[in-house]
Amino acid sequence: MSLSGDDLRKVALLARLRLSDHELDVLAPQLAQILEFVEQLGQLDTSGVEPMAHAVELSNVLAADEPQASLPREAALANAPQHDGECYRVPAVLGE
Amino acid sequence: MSSLTDQTASELLERMRSGDVSAEQIAAACLDRIARHDPAVGAFLRVGGDEALAAAADVDRRRRGGQAVGLLGGLPVAVKDLICVRGQVTTCGSRMLANFVPPYDATVVERLRAADGVLLGKTNLDEFGMGGSTENSAFHPTRNPWDLERIPGGSSGGAAACVAARMAPLSLGTDTGGSIRQPSALCGVVGLKPTYGRVSRFGLVAFASSLDQIGPLARTAEDAALLLEAIAGHDPRDSTSAPAPVPPYSQTVRQPLSGLRLGRVREHYGEGLDEQLAAATEQALDVYRSLGAQIRDVSLPHSRYAIATYYIIAPCEASSNLARYDGAHYGHRTDERQMRADLRQEQRRLEAAGDTAGVDQLDTPLVRLYRQSRAEGFGAEVKRRIMLGTYALSAGYYDAYYLKALKTRRLIRGDYDQAFAEVDLIVGPCTPTAAFPLGAKLNDPLAMYLGDLYTVGTNLAGLAGISIPCGATREGWPIGLHLQAPAFEEDRLLRAAYMFQQVTAWHQRRPDLP
Repeated sequence: MSLSGDDLRKVALLARLRLSDHELDVLAPQLAQILEFVEQLGQLDTSGVEPMAHAVELSNVLAADEPQASLPREAALANAPQHDGECYRVPAVLGE
Repeated sequence: MSSLTDQTASELLERMRSGDVSAEQIAAACLDRIARHDPAVGAFLRVGGDEALAAAADVDRRRRGGQAVGLLGGLPVAVKDLICVRGQVTTCGSRMLANFVPPYDATVVERLRAADGVLLGKTNLDEFGMGGSTENSAFHPTRNPWDLERIPGGSSGGAAACVAARMAPLSLGTDTGGSIRQPSALCGVVGLKPTYGRVSRFGLVAFASSLDQIGPLARTAEDAALLLEAIAGHDPRDSTSAPAPVPPYSQTVRQPLSGLRLGRVREHYGEGLDEQLAAATEQALDVYRSLGAQIRDVSLPHSRYAIATYYIIAPCEASSNLARYDGAHYGHRTDERQMRADLRQEQRRLEAAGDTAGVDQLDTPLVRLYRQSRAEGFGAEVKRRIMLGTYALSAGYYDAYYLKALKTRRLIRGDYDQAFAEVDLIVGPCTPTAAFPLGAKLNDPLAMYLGDLYTVGTNLAGLAGISIPCGATREGWPIGLHLQAPAFEEDRLLRAAYMFQQVTAWHQRRPDLP
């Protein structure tokens, strides 16, 4: 298993991480080693086995459809790095 | 007479009930011990001195006035800093959340308060629970009270170290792949991972949502039973919490189990297990034999795949859960002015070089804000797991990694179901080695992951597990015995642990702190 710099840069973009060339150099062999290790699952015959996504397979837990108080806006914005009192502020999405 | 901090939670509770000692005195004794020893150990990220004393004094006032007090009756409890406490900084051991102040209490914190537990402070951890040594904290490492040059385990390293060092009689940790049990083993305390769904995860900052669970750490099974009883039970705010009644663990824990059948897992005695730990585990089985238990060999044939399965599923879930840290809603945000200046400079450089493809591929300011904020906020292990999970979930790889791991997860669960048809509990070593030196595995992530081989299966299968002190190496470092039970059989685990502690003294050993 080997991972090229381009592979890793693509994954870093998907993960919304900015990694330095030094970080990528350290990560590449580590991730390759971990992936090689986990690929041992390939030895296992899992045909006909249902995937198990959750430890307790509960489904459709419903709550009563009743209005309840939600977090006040001031509390929801209190930890925001930048806000205008009503909304979170971020750089413009379209054009500058 | 031994000092207050040497006494167990149950002993202290008895003394408070008899009026012999006050909650305030106990809290003060813990705070004093923290002040004296935590500069060397580093178990706590923050200590709630005055608030703890005030809360304890309030319980004392009510008790003196003849009013009812809760199950924990004024006992101090330390809380892992992955659990939200309203109005108090909750960092998750991450620079990302260095200034994050939750607007609500986790359900377990509400329940601690309702049971009259006194919140002592927030304990250190590997960032977001990712690690086995507590060296991945963005703030400082925690050291093992038995040997300050060694790691306490992790990720609940602070939670285990503070109990071992007698700074708190009780603490709350979290366990995604062994993060309560492994540090408990390495620090010589009792640590219980409840069944998935037994304890509400509301207000627990998510790492891997199908595996995470909150549980108690203490010095005895009785004390762990008390704390579990206080926090367990259904919570409408966590739809994965089980709508099942909670047994009165603190009342049943002293009842011995007769005809106990223990399963010794063949696959647990293979390569990698330190011989001193193997010997201690065998001696523990002899203790159980002397108590009338039958030991049977059982097989978990897919357990050899448990680490590989875990290190696909957990990073996949983590990469998705940690997408919420975007520098916009809460948490660290990069310096926007600098970020824009850098971006403009990059653009000019690419334009000057005539690299039009490079210009096209340049991040938009919003994407760069996300990427730069996350690059600055997360530590190396968290980045590694996000990268791993993102890769495994990306187009073309999903079936080979994530789906394959989910299928293996079912096979692992099936092994346990078969074993529990024959035995009541599965018993074995909790860790392959005792505590290792700080830094020993920091640059070898796979070696660190391999240390989880006995514990991850419990989480993957959604079962309950406990580590109890069962020995010491020649150097004096603690050894933990791992017991696993079928789902929702915490009562059986606690009673079996109590039986062991009635006839052994490993849990009474205490580290010498300078």
